[in-house]
Amino acid sequence: MDVAIVGIGIHPFGRHEGVSGRQQGAYAVREALKDAGVSWADIQFAVGGSHSAGDADSLVSDLGLTALPFVNVYNGCATGGSSLIMADTLIRSGAHDLGIVVGFDKHPRGAFDTDPATLGIGSWYGETGLMLTTQFFALKAQRYLHDHGISRSALAKVAVKAYYNGSLNPNAWRRLPLGEEEVNASVMLSHPLTQYMFCSPGEGGVALVLCRADRARKYTDKPVYLRSAELRSRLFGSFEVFSPWLAVERAESPSEQASRAAFEAAGIGPAEVDLAQVQDTDCGTEISHLAECGLCKHGEQEELLRTGATSIGGSLPVNTDGGCIANGEPIGASGLRQIHENVSQLRGAAGARQVPGEPKVAFSHVYGAPGVSACTVITT
Amino acid sequence: MTKSRLIDDGLFIQADDGPRLVGSSCRSCGTTTFPRQESCPKCTRVDMADSILPRRGTLWSFTVQGFRPKPPYAGPAEFVPYGVGYVELPGAVLVEAVLTENDPERLHIGDEMELVLRPLRRDPDGTEVLTFAFAPAR
Ligand SMILES: [Zn+2]
Repeated sequence: MDVAIVGIGIHPFGRHEGVSGRQQGAYAVREALKDAGVSWADIQFAVGGSHSAGDADSLVSDLGLTALPFVNVYNGCATGGSSLIMADTLIRSGAHDLGIVVGFDKHPRGAFDTDPATLGIGSWYGETGLMLTTQFFALKAQRYLHDHGISRSALAKVAVKAYYNGSLNPNAWRRLPLGEEEVNASVMLSHPLTQYMFCSPGEGGVALVLCRADRARKYTDKPVYLRSAELRSRLFGSFEVFSPWLAVERAESPSEQASRAAFEAAGIGPAEVDLAQVQDTDCGTEISHLAECGLCKHGEQEELLRTGATSIGGSLPVNTDGGCIANGEPIGASGLRQIHENVSQLRGAAGARQVPGEPKVAFSHVYGAPGVSACTVITT
Repeated sequence: MTKSRLIDDGLFIQADDGPRLVGSSCRSCGTTTFPRQESCPKCTRVDMADSILPRRGTLWSFTVQGFRPKPPYAGPAEFVPYGVGYVELPGAVLVEAVLTENDPERLHIGDEMELVLRPLRRDPDGTEVLTFAFAPAR
């Protein structure tokens, strides 16, 4: 039993004074229901989560008390991907025909402040000033650029593309295009990464209605099919966020593992991908994740950026909605935003940022603490 | 003389030449962890022994923390950017640590680094709290 995505809904990302994360989640659900032409009472199951904005299953108070099974997922940056995997399994197994996944969040301003104890790390790690995701991304960028001969100027090019794509996306948070000089001149948060090279914790909500593929046309003229969704954690020897130590030997990253599994499960290779959303917590990770996901060779990224290959009109458009950099990162919603964008693009409904040439295959990738990645392949 | 203490006694062991970082080493496969850990993340066995880590190593990657972290960061009231890096201790592990150098132009991947103790803050009774850091080796 294949699975189709037949409804998508999004609450704009950014800062929304006086609107709770739960309200943003409920809004996204209603938008997705409207898009699929179904009512909440038609939905047979729900899966979803937020990191800091409450329990997703409590949304039934607002959406309607219909007794449906609603499973909360609390899986950091992979919350959306994990929810999607559960929903996919529930439909593929034949247990249900029609369900919804939802992710939402609302984080305070400034960098994430994670308690080391939640990850099994001693309090000394936070007290001495090592418990910052921004440091990891800077350490990773520094080493990656060094290993693959990429110049620092490539970093700003990623941000410029992100803000430009964001300017074309009415749901994006950052809608003002910025030039390389402005990106480079912003505050140096964690060398070599400046403020405008990072995404910020933010707010937003996304929901997707999924059904058995053979019933998809009942709900939409343009069904999009979920070909694979895979989640992986760390291997011994990988280099991940919040690591007080690393092994001397290096191993594949969760992103390499999850992306390969997703391509294999879909029976589709990276070369067939028409557009991709990859985790761009910062400019360095868009660069490294492109190669980790098999979408280019290590070291090739600078040339791709220079020639505009990863821009909307290029051969491999990446983060077409502005990515995390222009949308911010509400943890629970971020992974589903990527799917929302990919579905919009495959439907040909992405407006000013539409990828030309009727794209048919779209890939998405999230990465987060403490070293997890979720990847999906969807097709028309 | 000022009283001082280590930030977490579990991270250190007193050697002849002063405090050294201590991790665990797997009796089965030889994998070293830092800090100590009950089990081996490589071979999954629960058979670990203390392992005193080398004092010197090479810089594997680095950054400079440019803004004051939110709590639980407990550094000095007046924030001064600090270096952070992974130092590869040969044959053991790569340890993440504060660096004494905070000028990125003076840090390079491959630089020789050595363990030092460095004051982080004071306890309410005035005791100086020391943490580990790596300094460019002289
Ligand atoms: Zn072992």
